[in-house]
Amino acid sequence: MNAPLSIEQLLPELDHTHLDWLEEEAIFILRETVAAFERPALLFSGGKDSCVVLRLAEKAFKSKGKDGQYKGRLPFPLLHVDTGHNFPEVIEFRDRRVAEMGERLVVGHLEDSIKRGTVRLSHPLESRNGHQTVALLEAIEEHRFDVLMGGARRDEEKARAKERIFSHRDSFGQWQPKEQRPELWTLFNTRIRSGEHMRAFPISNWTELDVWLYIARENIPLPSLYYAHDRQVIRRKGLLVPLTEVTPPEAGETVETAEVRFRTVGDMTCTCPVESPAASATEIVAETLKVTVSERGATRMDDRTSDASMERRKKEGYF
Amino acid sequence: MNSAAPIQDHRALRFLTAGSVDDGKSTLIGRLLYDSRAILADQLDTLEKKAAGAPIDLSLLTDGLEAEREQGITIDVAYRYFATRARKFIIADAPGHEQYTRNMVTAAAGSDAAVVLVDITKLDTTKSPVPLLAQTRRHALLAHLLRVPSIVFAVNKLDAVSDPAQAYAAVRDALLGFAEHAGIRVAGIVPVSALRGDNVTQPLDAAWYDGPSLLQLLESLPTAQERKDGDLLVPVQYVAREGEGTGNQPRTLWGRIAHGRVKAGDTVQLFPNGEVATVAEVRLAGEVVDVVEAGQSAGIVLDRQIDVSRGDWIGTPKTIHAAQRFSATLAWLDTEPAVIGRKYWVRHGNRWVQARITAIESRLDIHSLEAIDAHELAVNEIGHVIVETQQPLPVESYETNRVGGALIVVDPASNRTSGALLVKAAA
Repeated sequence: MNAPLSIEQLLPELDHTHLDWLEEEAIFILRETVAAFERPALLFSGGKDSCVVLRLAEKAFKSKGKDGQYKGRLPFPLLHVDTGHNFPEVIEFRDRRVAEMGERLVVGHLEDSIKRGTVRLSHPLESRNGHQTVALLEAIEEHRFDVLMGGARRDEEKARAKERIFSHRDSFGQWQPKEQRPELWTLFNTRIRSGEHMRAFPISNWTELDVWLYIARENIPLPSLYYAHDRQVIRRKGLLVPLTEVTPPEAGETVETAEVRFRTVGDMTCTCPVESPAASATEIVAETLKVTVSERGATRMDDRTSDASMERRKKEGYF
Repeated sequence: MNSAAPIQDHRALRFLTAGSVDDGKSTLIGRLLYDSRAILADQLDTLEKKAAGAPIDLSLLTDGLEAEREQGITIDVAYRYFATRARKFIIADAPGHEQYTRNMVTAAAGSDAAVVLVDITKLDTTKSPVPLLAQTRRHALLAHLLRVPSIVFAVNKLDAVSDPAQAYAAVRDALLGFAEHAGIRVAGIVPVSALRGDNVTQPLDAAWYDGPSLLQLLESLPTAQERKDGDLLVPVQYVAREGEGTGNQPRTLWGRIAHGRVKAGDTVQLFPNGEVATVAEVRLAGEVVDVVEAGQSAGIVLDRQIDVSRGDWIGTPKTIHAAQRFSATLAWLDTEPAVIGRKYWVRHGNRWVQARITAIESRLDIHSLEAIDAHELAVNEIGHVIVETQQPLPVESYETNRVGGALIVVDPASNRTSGALLVKAAA
C-alpha cells in the first residue's frame, strides 16, 4: 500500500537512455578538460550540481571496486570559494566528503579578500554572492589554474542558455558574451593564451529534473538541507527567508517554523528554501515534475534584482 | 510520411530551429516551452508585467542577453530544454539575421533534426507551384549540407490565411517539389499556428489535416546514431595511468568510438605508429565491461606497452587511411576572411595540426548552394577548398562519418574558431 515511490512509477515512458547519454556527454567533457589543460580544478561547493559533477568525475577517472566505492584519486584538486556565509551543514558535508574520498580541497576565503582590501562590503550583512568573483579570480591566479570545471546548467537562467560548454575567460577573468567561439560537434576549441583561462561545464545540457533523476539513480550523497526538515523562517516578499545570524528578522516580521527543503544552496544571505515534505531524491523528482516556479525564482533573492543580473555577474567572472 | 511512428528512441533529441523572428520562430519555441510547462510561473510573471495587459509575447522568452534585449535582436545560439513524458528535447535556437550562416552551422553541427519555419503569409499560394522564399531554401539546404538527419518544415501562421486547407496543400506541394529537386529527404511537413498554439503540442482538429502535431512528430524522430557494425575507429582522447609515479603501470586509452565496437581479444592497429596489439580489457566509465559500442567512450587496455598519445587513433587493422591533402566544404565563421597559404590550426578528432588552405575553388551561392567561381571566402560564406596539413590525418568523408570527416579551423593569432571543414575526399 505504502510502497516507496519509484522513478519507474513516476515516469513510465522515460527510460534511462537519456540519463546514460547525458552521463556519457559529461564524462567526455571532463576527460577532455583534463587532457587539454595543464592545471585543472573542479569547483565543489557541496551544492547538488557540484555533487553530481563530482560523481561524474569519479566515473571518468576512477575504477569502481567490488564494494561499489570508486578507487584512486582525481587528477585535479577541488576548489571552493567560501563566502564565510555558507550554511554550516554544507561546509560540514563538503569537508566530510573530501576526507572520505581522499581528495585535495583548495578553499578561497572571501574573508581573506576583505582583509586584503580587494573586496569592500557596503554594509556588514550585504549579500556576499556577487563578491565571490573576486575571491575566485584570486584563487585562480594564486594556483595558476587554467581551467575550472563547474556544475552550471543552461536551463538555470537566460544568460547561461547561451554559454558554451568550454567558455573562454580573458586575462581579467571576464566573459565576453559577444565574442564567444562557435562550438561545433565535440571539436572543442581549448586554445588559450597564457594568463587566460577557461570554464568547462560538463552538465550544461542537464535540467533540474535530470539532476534529481541522476541523484536518485546513483544514490549521490547530498547535504541534509536538500531534504525536508523543520527550519525557522521569515516570510518576506513571497520568499521564505531562513533565520540565520546574517538574516535576522526585520521590524514587524515574525519568525515561524516550517517544513522546508532547499532547491539551490548558496550564500546564506540570498538563498531561500521552499516548503516541502519531500524527504528523498525520488520524492523531489515527483515534486519537480509538478513544480510551477523556476529554481532561481523560488530561491534566490539576488537574481530578482533585474532581468540581466546573472549576465552582469558572469561578465565580471562569476561562475 | 506525415504519420508519427511509435516512439522507439528515448535519447534526447537535439534539434535546431531555422527562421527569422518575423516567421514566428521565437513564438514557436515559446509555445513549445509554454505548452510543455518548461516555462514556470515566475518567468511568466516577468512576461506579463512587460505585456501590461496585452497578450503575452512568448518570443521574449528566448532573448538571453542584455544587449539583445536592448537591440531587439538575438545575437547568439541559445539552448533551450523541455521534456514530454516520453522524451527530452534540446533546442539549438539559431537567430536569423546577418550572422546567420555562422549561427546555423553552429546549431546544426551535432543536431538530430532541423525545424525550418515557413511563414505562409509571405507566400503567394494562388500560384502553382508556390514560389518559396530564398531563406526557406537556404535553411533547408544548409541543414542538408551539414547532414542533419531529419528535416521538418513547420508551415506557420495558418491562423492568418483565409483558406488554410488550400494554402497548406499548395505550400506542401512546393516544398516537396523543391526537396526532391535538391535531394533532401523530408521527415515531415506540419501546419501550425505558433501564436494560437494550433498543432504545436495539441493535434489540429481540422478535416483537411490528419497528420501529427509538431511535438508528436519530434517525439518520433530518431537521434543521429554512429554505425555500430563493421570496422572500429576510436580517436584517443585521454591516456590514463593507473596508480601514482612512473614505470610500467597499465594504461587505459580513453576515446569515444566513432564507428564499430570493441571487446577484449580484438586485434587493433594504432595510428600513426602502425603498431598492432590485442585488446586485453575494455572499460566503460569506472567499470570493466564486455563490449563498448559507437557513441560511447571506451577505455581500452592493450596487452602490451605501446607509446600512444592523445590525438592518435585506434582501429581495425588496415582500415585507417591517412591523407595530407583533401578536398572539403569550408564554412567560414570569422570576420577576417580566409587567407590562402596562411598557417592555421586545425583540430581533427583529438589532434591539433597546422594546416593551409592551398586553393579556394568555388563559393556556394547562399540561396541555391550552387557553386560559383571564387577565390576568397569571407564571413558567413561557404566554399569548396583544398587543404594541406602538416601531418597526415585519417580523414573520412563527412557524409559517411561525422567524426572522421569534420575539422575546425582556428586562427593562430586570435585563437578564434574561424571555420568548419566538412571533408569530401582525399586529394
